[in-house]
Amino acid sequence: MSANPVALTVFLVLFFATAGLGFYATKMKSVNLSDLGQWGLGGRSFGTLIAWFLLGGDIYTAYTFVAVPALVAGAGATGFFAVPFTILMYPVLFVVMPRLWSVANKHGYVTAADFVRGRFGSRGLALAVAATGIVATIPYIALQLMGMQIVFAGMGLNFTLNLPGIGAFHDLPLLVAFLVLAIYTYHSGLHGTAMISVVKGILVYVAVLAAVIVIPIELGGYGKIFAAADPSTLLLGHGTANNLGPQFSFASLALGSALALWLYPHSITGVFSSSSRSVLKRNAFLLPSFTFALALIALLGVMAVAVGVKGMPEYAEGYRIFGNNFAIPALFLHSFSPWFAGLAFAAIGVGALVPAAIMSISCGNLFTRNIYKEFIAPDCTPATESRVAKIMSLATKLAALFFVVALQSSYAINLQLLGGIWICQTLPSVMLALYTPRQLNAPGLLLGWLAGMVAGTWMAISLQFKGAVYSLDLFGLTIPCYAAIIALVLNIIIAYAVSFLVSTISNAPVQDETVAEDYL
Amino acid sequence: MDEKTRKRGFHPVYLLLVLPFVALLWVPLYNRIEPQVFGIPFFYWYQTLWTFLGTVCTIPVYLYEERKGK
Repeated sequence: MSANPVALTVFLVLFFATAGLGFYATKMKSVNLSDLGQWGLGGRSFGTLIAWFLLGGDIYTAYTFVAVPALVAGAGATGFFAVPFTILMYPVLFVVMPRLWSVANKHGYVTAADFVRGRFGSRGLALAVAATGIVATIPYIALQLMGMQIVFAGMGLNFTLNLPGIGAFHDLPLLVAFLVLAIYTYHSGLHGTAMISVVKGILVYVAVLAAVIVIPIELGGYGKIFAAADPSTLLLGHGTANNLGPQFSFASLALGSALALWLYPHSITGVFSSSSRSVLKRNAFLLPSFTFALALIALLGVMAVAVGVKGMPEYAEGYRIFGNNFAIPALFLHSFSPWFAGLAFAAIGVGALVPAAIMSISCGNLFTRNIYKEFIAPDCTPATESRVAKIMSLATKLAALFFVVALQSSYAINLQLLGGIWICQTLPSVMLALYTPRQLNAPGLLLGWLAGMVAGTWMAISLQFKGAVYSLDLFGLTIPCYAAIIALVLNIIIAYAVSFLVSTISNAPVQDETVAEDYL
Repeated sequence: MDEKTRKRGFHPVYLLLVLPFVALLWVPLYNRIEPQVFGIPFFYWYQTLWTFLGTVCTIPVYLYEERKGK
């Protein structure tokens, strides 16, 4: 398909203007970016409004906005689990994260693994938590780059260009976008990202509100939209006497994802960058407005089916390459005037910059604090610390780019699915550790983590990465459950049992630098 | 630190935070077409409505904690 000049111009102007804003953000105030607390955590300074934009831009990623409606368009009701997921994560934010924020603020922790190190005095457990975070996040960054790729394709930009003698080349626009991302992240860190997240928030809301008003009017109302959907996928299937069925797996996906979300390094970086506990608590009831936008976007999946963009010849090429993930770009192109399609694409393009930056920053923080400083150069200066984090954030982005450009996109999707299962296995060390003063210890948590990682990976492999729902057979009852939850239950049981055994057998002193007041 | 803030007291207002879990994890409750609103099946508008109800449940807990100075 050919490039649409109007959409492309609007997109390019918005994309580069926003990135420029992020680059110059740090010029506006005097911050010392050779300090990790500033570059990697925004100086723990963001108030309610900026935290709302930053966390919103961080959690509701560009890929989410593409993949959720794609799932609804392809699989129907199941894809809507993203909505209960992103509602249920807020009671967790309200109750759990202020405790983590307080103890981190008190002791100057930059990462979740810093907390684990201080709480249990174990470098090994901290390394396990840090490594899990990094490995789970890199494919997630890759998916953000893929979100950009899809948008570029929507504008007719990156279909394969065959250069004689060199071969197929189709990722030049992505490379440019990658450079923009890399330069501004390296230069401005979390301060610049916070600035960009404000633009992202505004663009997302404008695009979504327009979409859910304009498209239903064009189609003659929601009644007609749902009438065009496949009735067999409009609701979840019911269970039987010996199978809990899709309703159970839906609930388990929502719950497991809600628990996993706050364990992701980029979420924790967002949480730590807030200026107070109250900022987090207020955002626990302000951020659901983004979930409302996500619900509306999920409904766009039903609209894509009603419009029938999948069968239109002009979008066949996009669907061939990206599958249902092309539903949203196709729907925008079909329903909007070109300039507004450009704006909506910019919402996704800028929308990818924010989480990709925060994810790579948080990986940089983890590597620096919990691997470099812990095992390689314990005496490094704050300036070195900051420089290592910048370089490592660049390296994680390059790894993500490699996934997207050199490997099939299915690798990134599969690994991100695995990442969700993996990151859930850090829940006992990071979240339960906030509540249980003495019942858990490092050997127990480490063995529980290992068991959860192995079981979770094994389940994902046995499902051939086709999904994350594993059917567990217990006493003749089939329980289709999100694999992350099954692995987590195993993890928690082992963590408590081994911790109990270890504390009974050995009388080694408890190494906990935190006290109860630190958490309040 | 006085005794009041040190204690991890449980106040019934916290039960409000459990409500969204019950309402959304008990899927048979809303896995149905009727009643529709503007042609949107119950399954979809019920969950969308909970984006607001979740906020409605959290605000009283927030106000309670702020008043207690937590």
